[in-house]
Amino acid sequence: MSMPVAANANEQPLLELDDLRVDFHTPTGIVNAVRGLSFTLGRERLGIVGESGSGKSMTGRAILDLIPYPGVVSAGRMAYRGQNLLTMDKRSRRKLRGRHISMVMQDPKFSLNPVQTVGTQIAEAYRVHHKASAREARERSLSMLEAVQIREPARVYDLYPHEVSGGMGQRVMIAMMLIAEPEILIADEPTSALDVTVQLQVLKILDDLVTSRGMGLIFISHDLHLVQSFCDRVIVMYGGKAMETLPAAELSDEGARSRRHPYTLGLLGCLPELDRPKGKLATLTRDPAWLA
Amino acid sequence: MAVTSRTAWLTTDSPTSRRQARLGQLYRQWLAFRRNRLALAGLGIVVALLLIAAFAPLLAPQDPLAQNLPGRLQPPSWQHLFGTDSLGRDIYSRIVYGTRVTLVIVILVVILVGPIGLLIGAASGYLGGWVDRLLMRITDVFLAFPRLVLALAFVAALGPGLENAVIAIAITAWPPYARVARAETLIIRSQDYIAAVRLQGASQWRIVWKHVVPMCLPSLIVRTTLDMAGIILTAAGLGFLGLGAQPPIPEWGAMISAGREQIFDQWWVATFPGLAICIVALGFNLLGDGLRDVMDQR
Amino acid sequence: MTATPAIAVEKLNVFFGDSHVVKDLSFTVSPGESYGIVGESGSGKSTVLRVLAGLNRDWSGAVAILGESQPKLRSKAFYRSSQMVFQDPYGSLHPKKTVDDTLAEPLTIHGLGDAQARIGRAMSDVGLPASFRFRYPHQLSGGQRQRVAIARALVLEPTILLLDEPTSALDVSIQAEVLNLLTSLRHARKLTYILVSHDLAVVAHMCERLLVMQFGAGVEEMTAATLAARAPKTDYARQLLTASEGFRRAG
Repeated sequence: MSMPVAANANEQPLLELDDLRVDFHTPTGIVNAVRGLSFTLGRERLGIVGESGSGKSMTGRAILDLIPYPGVVSAGRMAYRGQNLLTMDKRSRRKLRGRHISMVMQDPKFSLNPVQTVGTQIAEAYRVHHKASAREARERSLSMLEAVQIREPARVYDLYPHEVSGGMGQRVMIAMMLIAEPEILIADEPTSALDVTVQLQVLKILDDLVTSRGMGLIFISHDLHLVQSFCDRVIVMYGGKAMETLPAAELSDEGARSRRHPYTLGLLGCLPELDRPKGKLATLTRDPAWLA
Repeated sequence: MAVTSRTAWLTTDSPTSRRQARLGQLYRQWLAFRRNRLALAGLGIVVALLLIAAFAPLLAPQDPLAQNLPGRLQPPSWQHLFGTDSLGRDIYSRIVYGTRVTLVIVILVVILVGPIGLLIGAASGYLGGWVDRLLMRITDVFLAFPRLVLALAFVAALGPGLENAVIAIAITAWPPYARVARAETLIIRSQDYIAAVRLQGASQWRIVWKHVVPMCLPSLIVRTTLDMAGIILTAAGLGFLGLGAQPPIPEWGAMISAGREQIFDQWWVATFPGLAICIVALGFNLLGDGLRDVMDQR
Repeated sequence: MTATPAIAVEKLNVFFGDSHVVKDLSFTVSPGESYGIVGESGSGKSTVLRVLAGLNRDWSGAVAILGESQPKLRSKAFYRSSQMVFQDPYGSLHPKKTVDDTLAEPLTIHGLGDAQARIGRAMSDVGLPASFRFRYPHQLSGGQRQRVAIARALVLEPTILLLDEPTSALDVSIQAEVLNLLTSLRHARKLTYILVSHDLAVVAHMCERLLVMQFGAGVEEMTAATLAARAPKTDYARQLLTASEGFRRAG
């Protein structure tokens, strides 16, 4: 039943990024948050992992033109399906945002308007990008809530954000972001505020949507285990640079260890593991040469 | 050389004493403050006010109380920069000496209001329960009356005069401070660093005094500075109504009041004291805004 | 006869208004042991810790620390035996106090002399360079702040440390450093730990025994070996274990 959307190999990549830079001009000097990141995104699950300050979140925000002042974005090329985002005017860029490229943030509490019911907000998100009657928008919203596996969509539709749990709030956010049927979804730590069991349910929904709609997903996370088990491809970032890009399966592949970047190995090494008790955890020594 | 090494000493990442750490912190705040032009202007006005008050005898060409009835109501001239009033007194000299009166009011009110509001608010917020209820109801009673009306009532009861005006303003000014301090304390008391001191066995008073109060202080300092304009205006208002400083003390509000009969024919009598009030009120306001940007950030 | 347990909790119940957040919880921890409490949010695991620390005073049941039954309002002496490290290193240090102020405060409260030497020792024990002594929290990284928090807990030389998700706000590489520090401190000082966490791997690494909690009740107590062997008895514990292994695509 699900359409094989991802098939066409000649198709243009959804997103091309070449030499992305994000600089913050602060009174004490220029802070380089992202320095020269390049990648292309197809209809796949692309993970970006890194520690705090690695520039992973700034990358996601730069794509959506959501870098706060005093940040400045520059790039050799930034294109959505061949359309150059760098030369595009603010209005078209805004139209693209939400309609074609969407973002889910870490904490749904701060992303939903507290004085409107969740249903109204989802319907509103739909009507911003589509000409639709109130009734049609409501029906679309209800089916979207169903798609993110909310059991009683009609009841949840009329709830206010404070009345839903963390897991449900995050599903509502995803429903809201996906109702416009974007081609690219950027998920910035979408499950970090959730309990493990709920986390897996939310990931399942994202996974199904990628598979059934052929969406491109950028999954930003600090959790190596999660990225490794969820994504197809992983970019490991450190200090604003990509240390390496690798197929996710290779992260756990013992045989591939010798080919890995020392930073990736260091990150894997300092995690405590259930199966292999370690007396002392390895600590990471950072090599300044990585950023050269 | 000496300057660069002093800057290095202040901005170092690893100070070697508490004093160096504190001074370094202050220096960083000053650097941030200095970037705000308007705040610097405000600071300039306040500093100028202090200097004028200190050197009033040098700056005033004439005795502010010396009457000269033949030379009354003269327009501004080189001899009398701002003209003379209905008793022939030099308005410029009176304004210069008036800075002292203004400063006395401001300093007395700050000394009375800040600590009272802070302690009541912090104790109320941290201790909670019946202490909170009692203190906040008292605060509400004071907040229920318009400030100037309440001050008027107090002055009427205490008798007109500068000291009584200050007391009346102070009595009516503390409740908002207590409210602010309480609101801050309610946030602070649930923080982990307060739980950590509780876990060290600190007494309630120690927690309030040494850990809660320092966190409330910046916002209260900012509020006081912003409020200063209002205090000066209230004092001037009481002076205007004849309930503040009594003649012949050169108080700006009373000076405007005295000039109101001549306001159409001899505009300068009321205008210059009015301008002085405006400038000083503006100065404190700008300073407060700048301080807020520097001190209130977490 | 067995030695007196370091911590003994019996039939602990906590209510927040109408909600019953800890239900009939009992467990004991031997001196020198490291005991983990695992659960999802709302399981009541942090509340248990706050009751033990004396921060929460609305509870019923019996709590004994080092053989002494504890009243709701703790004595000053209690705080010299038990200390706590909080989850968020950004919220647990007073923003307007230098490291030196923070570490000197418990010494002043308990009237302990020799503050200079004690502070110096506490800092070197947690691996903070002496040059950090007069820094403010905003001049420290998350890991360094957590080291200060640990130093503050140790400066009174307690025998029990209550650890509330001490590394969950930290990057993994910093987490490894802090966990290593906690392990070596425990061995050097013969400390008893209670570690509350949502991360099974961290608990398995740090603790000998652990308790799984759900909805305020203890579900299963097991040894770390049982956890590592993936052999918990209850469904819920197994479910947590599976969930912690990451995402699994069906078929």
